[in-house]
Amino acid sequence: MFTPNFRYKEGPAFYLLVAAGGLVAALGVAAAYYMEHMGHIVTNMTNQIPWALPHVFAIFLIISASGVMMVASIGTLFGKNVYKPRARLACLLAIALLAAGLSVIMLDLGRADRLPVALTHLNPTSEFGLNIIFYPTFLTLTSLYLWTLMEPRMNRYSKTVDLANLIWRLMLTTGTGSIFGFIVARQAYGTAVLAPMFIISSFAWGLAIFLIMQRVLYGWSNMTLDLAVLKRMKNLLGIYIGAVFYFVSVYHLTSEYYAKQGDFEHFILIGGGIFPMLYWGGFVLLGTLLPLLLIFHPRIWPKPGAVTTAAVLVIGGALCHLYVLIVGGQAFPMEMFPGMTATSSFYDGAIEHYVPSLPEILLSIGGFGIVFTIAIIGARVLNVLPQDDIAQLKASGSLTD
Amino acid sequence: MSDSKNTRRGFLAASATMAAGLGFVAIAPGIRLIEAASAQGKLASSKVRYGLLIDSNKCKSDCDACVGACATENGIVEKVANPRQRAQWIRKINLVETSTGKTHSLPMMCQHCAKPPCVDVCPTGASFKRADGIVLVDRHICIGCRYCMMACPYKARSFGHQALTTQNPEVPRGQGCVEACTFCVQRVDRGLKPACVEACTNGAMIFGDLNDPNSDIYKRIREVSSRQVRADLKLDTGVRYQGI
Repeated sequence: MFTPNFRYKEGPAFYLLVAAGGLVAALGVAAAYYMEHMGHIVTNMTNQIPWALPHVFAIFLIISASGVMMVASIGTLFGKNVYKPRARLACLLAIALLAAGLSVIMLDLGRADRLPVALTHLNPTSEFGLNIIFYPTFLTLTSLYLWTLMEPRMNRYSKTVDLANLIWRLMLTTGTGSIFGFIVARQAYGTAVLAPMFIISSFAWGLAIFLIMQRVLYGWSNMTLDLAVLKRMKNLLGIYIGAVFYFVSVYHLTSEYYAKQGDFEHFILIGGGIFPMLYWGGFVLLGTLLPLLLIFHPRIWPKPGAVTTAAVLVIGGALCHLYVLIVGGQAFPMEMFPGMTATSSFYDGAIEHYVPSLPEILLSIGGFGIVFTIAIIGARVLNVLPQDDIAQLKASGSLTD
Repeated sequence: MSDSKNTRRGFLAASATMAAGLGFVAIAPGIRLIEAASAQGKLASSKVRYGLLIDSNKCKSDCDACVGACATENGIVEKVANPRQRAQWIRKINLVETSTGKTHSLPMMCQHCAKPPCVDVCPTGASFKRADGIVLVDRHICIGCRYCMMACPYKARSFGHQALTTQNPEVPRGQGCVEACTFCVQRVDRGLKPACVEACTNGAMIFGDLNDPNSDIYKRIREVSSRQVRADLKLDTGVRYQGI
């Protein structure tokens, strides 16, 4: 089973996988070109909901990029042998996810052609501005860490680089959470709990993506993942799912506690149409409870398909959760005049309705196409496929429960 | 050999010239902006703080003269299919007190905060505050990320959803950038009042220097009870309201 110098066999599967990912990515880029050419008038984003589906996907991808690196850190920093062979793939996925997330958010800009302006003008009080430092540094540290893993002479530095990267990632995800945490204007945001909530979410979503891509790559290579290894990883996913649910619950409960937030929480959790549906049906039922059942129910295990299904559901639940937070947070009217009802031609006091347009959907899904394409090509040219020496793992006691 | 060297040198020289040319083209719009800012012969002074006092008692719910004047002055006359994508630099808000049923009407626009959240969150510094307190968007460096729209507690900003052809030459607007009330800075720099204030025949709007003891707004704001919208955020708005 253990093949240290493993290389993929040439075959049509690689080209088919790249073509599939490339097509989805190309459709996303074409949609972005259309939006750039025609203006955002071809989207359903408005002056009332300026951030919508592309932001949901972009933030998901960027947060997951940070989180997937925990798979590497658990091995390198925390000494868990099962995770050590997985560090390289984690790096590749982190780079792919970050590239995809940034592509989606950049291509949605009103003036995407002014990217050099964003790179050369930095406002240090802006979370977006700080991200201009956070993201490239994360990319550099991750690439450097990958190098320390792949070059035997650099192995001894991998722990140091990974530690620096871990600290940097925590800052980065805190910053991404603070994009919303620092918004005092709207009821949904402006709370410090968003930063740790985003951090724990990143662990869950990153691991879910890792499990799916690991399955794809193993399937492509006609390899089978040892169930003892999978069991450890699915148990960790289960813990993460529970932790995310805890933080999201704390977010809503603290918000519900304040009388002034009551109407907003009622809107998001009960009366707001699509938003309660996505929260309870998408995030809680399909994205939390069902995956937990698939992961921990003794009759379902051991079925590797169930773990992959759970991971896919976690991603679906994550997108529902972000949609409720980002779009739902804007759909609820801002309260400028407490104790009064407001009406205007600019829809003050009105609940907003948003349905994503086709270009927005294509651009958003295109992000996943970019991740997949980079991951497949990366896995083809780099030696990143996790390979376990089960005998050695068992001998060292790394696979005991 | 020397020929090829000369060719290479020539190529490098031509490339350098082109690069310098491109650099100038890239920087030129910024230079124009600085020229425009100082076109009136003086820069904005930090001794001045422009502000607006709005008396909602005098503002009639069926009157939108201020909105029309703003549209004409600033060239906001484009046709937009989706009304939710239409730019509105100023809008009339009608309010009803939930407990008493008392009604109010007032214009809402950029509040020109002393501590503007839009300026804080703008990644490139395109959202900026002039020395005299007027909050503006530099359309040469706005990348259209709309973070400022998310952060503004007054929903005062609009996004250029489509290409425009009806701009007023003095008021730069365009597709892909965010825009908002400028207090008609092009008029203020000429010593005039904003178009909305001039159009208000009910006398509901007083514009002026909040720091000038001789200005009407300075005196009035000390005589009557006025409030800032979302005063809890402590943004120190330049626009104040009386009667609500």
